[in-house]
Amino acid sequence: MRRIPVPWLPILWVSLLLADTAAAFCGFYVAKADTQLWNEASQVVLVRDGDRTVLTMVNDFKGDPTEFALVVPVPTFLEREQIHVGDMAVIDHLDAYTAPRLVEYFDEDPCRRVDYELGVPSANMMAAAPSGGARAKSLGVTIEASYTVGEYDILILSAKESAGLETWLLENGYKLPEGAGPVLGSYLKQGMRFFVAKVNLEEQAKSGFQNLRPLQIAFESKKFMLPIRLGTVNAKGAQELFVYTLTRTGRVETTNYRTVRLPTGMDLPVATKERFGEFYKAMFGEQARRENDEAVFLEYAWDMNWCDPCAADPLSPKELRKLGVFWVDDPTAGAPGPGPGIVAPSPRRRPGPGQARDVFVTRLHVRYDRDHFPEDLRFQETGDRTNFQGRYVLRHPWKGSTQCKQADTYRAGLPGRFEKEAQTLANLTGWAIDEIRGWTGGSKPAEVSEPQPWWKRLWPEG
Amino acid sequence: MDLRIFQLLALGSLVTWGVLGLDLEIVPLHGLAIVTSAVATEALGRRWRGEPFDASSPIVTALSLTMLLRVAHPGLAAGAAVLAIGSKFLLRAGGGHFFNPANFGIVVLLLASEGAWVSAGQWGHAVLLGLAMAGAGQFVIHRAARSDVTWAFLLTWAGLLFGRALWLGDPWAIPWHQLQNGALLIFAFFMISDPRTTPRARPARVAFALVVAGLGFALVYGAYLPNGMLYALFAAAPLVPLLDRWLPGPVFHWAPTKEVADHAPHPGPLAAHSVGLAAPR
Repeated sequence: MRRIPVPWLPILWVSLLLADTAAAFCGFYVAKADTQLWNEASQVVLVRDGDRTVLTMVNDFKGDPTEFALVVPVPTFLEREQIHVGDMAVIDHLDAYTAPRLVEYFDEDPCRRVDYELGVPSANMMAAAPSGGARAKSLGVTIEASYTVGEYDILILSAKESAGLETWLLENGYKLPEGAGPVLGSYLKQGMRFFVAKVNLEEQAKSGFQNLRPLQIAFESKKFMLPIRLGTVNAKGAQELFVYTLTRTGRVETTNYRTVRLPTGMDLPVATKERFGEFYKAMFGEQARRENDEAVFLEYAWDMNWCDPCAADPLSPKELRKLGVFWVDDPTAGAPGPGPGIVAPSPRRRPGPGQARDVFVTRLHVRYDRDHFPEDLRFQETGDRTNFQGRYVLRHPWKGSTQCKQADTYRAGLPGRFEKEAQTLANLTGWAIDEIRGWTGGSKPAEVSEPQPWWKRLWPEG
Repeated sequence: MDLRIFQLLALGSLVTWGVLGLDLEIVPLHGLAIVTSAVATEALGRRWRGEPFDASSPIVTALSLTMLLRVAHPGLAAGAAVLAIGSKFLLRAGGGHFFNPANFGIVVLLLASEGAWVSAGQWGHAVLLGLAMAGAGQFVIHRAARSDVTWAFLLTWAGLLFGRALWLGDPWAIPWHQLQNGALLIFAFFMISDPRTTPRARPARVAFALVVAGLGFALVYGAYLPNGMLYALFAAAPLVPLLDRWLPGPVFHWAPTKEVADHAPHPGPLAAHSVGLAAPR
C-alpha cells in the first residue's frame, strides 16, 4: 500500500475538467452536462467461487476521456495487482454467446415432409447497451492507495464519515448527484471503501486504445452483491444493467428480488426477423411491467462447454482466464498450436472429450430505478444446472406449388398459424395486433383469406 | 377435528399460488418425491414406536419443504424429506422432538450438498398480505397457540432491520423491502411457529424467538449468508428442551382436546377467510 503525499496534484488538475454527473450501475460516471452523455446500459461480469470474486465493469463512455470518472464502492482494500484492465472483445463475445436468439425453420414441401433447422445468431443485439492529502486528512478522508493501471488513474478511498468524503469529492471536481451523501455514508458504515477511477491521458495515448477498456478487480469477500444504489440517486428514469456471472456449480439468482425467466420458445411471425432488436426491447419492457418493474430477468443459463443453437461459440479457456475465471487453466499458455479464438459460430456445439470447463454462465438483465429497486442486488449461486436460453422461432411457410391433399390442408392451416403467431407477438410485446397483421414483408402467406368455416374441412372428400 | 387440516389448507393454497401465480419452479417430480418419502418415513417411524399413523403431520412438513427447498435431483428432495421426518423419531429429548422437521431437513441438505438451495427472493414482495393473513388465520384457529413466537420473531427482526437502516442512514424503503422477503415470512408463519418444537412456556418462547431473530439477523446481514434464519433456528433448537426443563408449561397436542375446543373461536369461517386470501389470483 502506498500512502499519498499531500497535496495530490493530479486530482486538482482533474477537478478543472470534471463537471456533471451521470448515473450508472454501481457508481456514477461523471461527465459534462452539455455533452448529453448518458450510459443507457451497463455490463458487469461477476466471476465467483467461494468468496473469491472477480468483477469486470464495462462502460460505454464515448465522450472526451478527460470527462470520465467512476466511483464504485468495494468491500475490501485493493492492492495494485488486484486491479486489471480487461479486453472488451471478450465481453462482446460473452454478450454474443449469451444473447437471446432467433431460430428459423423452413417448412418442407408438405407433400414430402422433412424438417431442418438453421440457427440465426443475434450477435450483440443490444449493442447500444454495453455499455489532496492534508485537506483529505482534515476531512477524514484517507487516500489508501493510488495506482495507474492501463489508461486509468485509480484511488482507493476510505473515510470516517460521508460528509467529509462528499466534500472531498466535490472539492476535487466530482459533482455528486444530490442525495449521494447518505448513500456514501451507508456504504462507509458497512465497511466499504471507494474505488475511484479516471483516465490518465498520457497512458491512454501510449496504450493506443480509442475506447476505454473494462476495469477489473479481484477480491475476496462474503458479499456476493452488486452496489446499484449510487446509480439510482439522481436517476433520470430506469437504467439497464446486464450481469453475467461465471460460476462453478450452477445458475445464479438474486435473493432479495424475484429472478424471472423471460418467455422463450415461442413461434413468432416471420416478419419479426427484420425487427428482432425492436421486438426484444419491447418484449423486455412488457415483461418487466407485468412484474411491476420489480424483477430481475434470466436471459441465459448454460454450461459454458456448449450451446444449441449457438449465437456465438463458447468462450475459450484463454478468454475465460481474461475474465478472471481463476479455476480454469489456459491450455494455450506456453503450448504452441492452434489457439482457440472467436470464429464464426457453429450452428450447435456439444462438449467434446476433455473439454469440460466447469463453468456455468448466467445472464441477468435488470431494469432498475430507486423506487422499485431500493436496495443493492444480492446474489446466490444455486445448484441448478438446467439450461435456459431466450430463443424465438420463425417458421417460414412452404411456397412451392406442389399439389396433393396434404398441401391443401397445409395451406388451409396457414392463416390460422399466422394469426396465432401474430397474437403471440402482440401478447409478448404489447404491440397492436392490427399493426402486426399488417406486416407481410418476407413471408407473404399463401393468400391470407377469410377464415374458412370449421365444417369446410370436416369431410374433405366432399 | 384435527386442527392441522387448516394448516394443510393454508400451506396447500400457498403452494398452489406459488406455482400458478408466481411460476415458482416447483418441479412436480420433486414435490412427489418429498411427499411420498415423508409419508413413508412417518409410517415407518410410527410403526417402530408402536404409535398410530397419521398422514397430516408428514404432509405439513412435506409442503413446507416444497415451498422453501429447491434441489437439483429428485433424490435430494426425497433425502430432505427422510431427514426431516427421521429427525422427529431419532433426535428426541424431554419426551418429544425438538428440531422443526422441515428446518432440519433443509439445513442439513444445504450444508451437505451443493445441489440444494432456498430461493428466498422468488416469492417476490407482494406476498406480505397473503402470507400474513394465511398465517394469522391459522393462529386464530389454533387459539393463538404459538403466535407469540411469530410476532416476537418478526418484531425483533423488523426492529433490527429498521435500527440498522437508522444507523446506516438508509431510507425506510430498504428495511421495508427486506422485511417483505417471502422466505422470511414463510419461515415466521409456518416454521418457527411449530407448536411441537417451540418452548412450552410463553416467556421461554419469546426468549427463543429473540435468540433466533438475533442470530439469524447476524448471519444474513453480518455474515452475508442468505437464509440465515433457517440456520439460526437449527442452531437454537437444542435450547428448547433446556428451556422446557427450566420453565415448564403445558404440552401442545394437535388433536383437539377439550381445552382447545373450548377456546377455538369459530374455526369454520376464519379458515375459509385465510384460505381465500391465499388462493391463486
